[in-house]
Amino acid sequence: MEIFYSLLPELIRIVIAAICGAVIVFGNALVMGYAERKLAGHIMFRPGPMEVGPHGIYQLVIDGLKLMGKQLVIPKNADTPLFMLAPLIAFAPVFVPLLVIPFSDKIQGFDLDVGLLLILAFASINVLAILIGGWSSNNKYSLFGAIRSVAQNVAYEIPMLISLLAIIFMTNTFSLKEIAAAQSPVWFVVIQPLAFLIYIVAMVAETNRAPFDLPEAESELTAGFHTEYSGMSFSLFVLGEYANMFIVCSVATVFFLGGDSGIPLPYFEYTGIIWFLLKVYLLMFFLIWIRWTYPRTRFDQLMNFCWKYLIPFSLVNLLITVVMVKLL
Amino acid sequence: MIVFEYIAEALFFGFVILTFMGGFMAIRSRLLMHAVLGLAVSLFGVAGLYFHLGSPFLAMMQILIYVGAVCIIIVLGVMIGNTPDQLLAKKQVRKNLPLALVTCALGFVGLFVAMIVRTEFTSATEKVGDMSIRFVGENLLYQYCMAFELISVVLLTAIIGAIILARGGREEETS
Repeated sequence: MEIFYSLLPELIRIVIAAICGAVIVFGNALVMGYAERKLAGHIMFRPGPMEVGPHGIYQLVIDGLKLMGKQLVIPKNADTPLFMLAPLIAFAPVFVPLLVIPFSDKIQGFDLDVGLLLILAFASINVLAILIGGWSSNNKYSLFGAIRSVAQNVAYEIPMLISLLAIIFMTNTFSLKEIAAAQSPVWFVVIQPLAFLIYIVAMVAETNRAPFDLPEAESELTAGFHTEYSGMSFSLFVLGEYANMFIVCSVATVFFLGGDSGIPLPYFEYTGIIWFLLKVYLLMFFLIWIRWTYPRTRFDQLMNFCWKYLIPFSLVNLLITVVMVKLL
Repeated sequence: MIVFEYIAEALFFGFVILTFMGGFMAIRSRLLMHAVLGLAVSLFGVAGLYFHLGSPFLAMMQILIYVGAVCIIIVLGVMIGNTPDQLLAKKQVRKNLPLALVTCALGFVGLFVAMIVRTEFTSATEKVGDMSIRFVGENLLYQYCMAFELISVVLLTAIIGAIILARGGREEETS
């Protein structure tokens, strides 16, 4: 019985971490959905949503209600079980990586020594969901989008991993907390600028956002893999996409931007989360900015850019890092 | 304490059931897509078993590698496999079913018995902390270095072969 009481804090911790994860996923989707539409509007010299509430801040709440009330249309020739399963597979795994992200010194679900691998493993399941969704819709556009997504994600996973590996070699650990703590004098973005650039490009491609949003290219494929989805099953894909953006931006913050480090505030073990979230949302702002500024790349350009530039450059960067670590 | 042991036990059987269910789906389905997804479920079960055995590193690598692999198999299946309509049009030949069943059963029992007889079962030593990354790395690069390098060479050959095959096809098309 005593051991039960000693393990009870861990159980409470799991429950609290799960609730916080849900709050982050839904809150992030609300904030990002509004920010995306508003910023898109301002970049195009129009005001964006203005009608619901002051400057349209309740627009996303109303949109959410509308999506929940919509009918779920299943195409006649679709593979019904897989068609219904795909949005769930896209949405469910995003909660797991949130458990290991070190928001501040004390605010973290668990500090696993394989934290990075956990994030990458569960983030990669998203491709499978897109592929299942695209195939089971029994629609040629959806299938094209799904297959593009596989080619793109499998290719861009490699430079992403290799650029992060350079940091791993410098810090000798997979634990996100220790990696964040290793950057107390200088952030790794100063020491590893090339790895940071490669990671940012791969990050945009991995989350399927413009200019690399080939799987859902509106002009060629109507909406790619989610052409046939409506209502809540469509919004689960969108929620998953925003949560994935949050996760990859958090990884970038932990690996290159010093995690929660910043100007010290009182109770810094807890208030570090302010700096952390500030950096994450700056990166997200950057993602939105380039989405509405650059045109979509062609598919062969996308693949050539990965295989002929990003992978060789990331390998050279890794090699230089290894030599420097060995010498110094 | 008892509660946690029960949870661990339940998780173990859950993962075993998941592995078998996935395997059954993989061999039972006629549609390649469903079969490969069964494979994915089965591999997730195996990842869970690694986790239960106290090696989260292996579990994560299992998911990371096999999700990509399953996606590639599905794409290949979409490109060269039958569509659902074609499958429905075809008739399944069940003439040799008993023969196939007997052969499979004999082969399985034979292999299983041989495996049990020839393996020396030793009880596992008690684990001290999670050393899986360091342990796997040291074993791969010291004790099993030869096998590791040979596998790398085989994979490199496969990659070069695939590139040569793909390029050959493309050049013929353009000329």
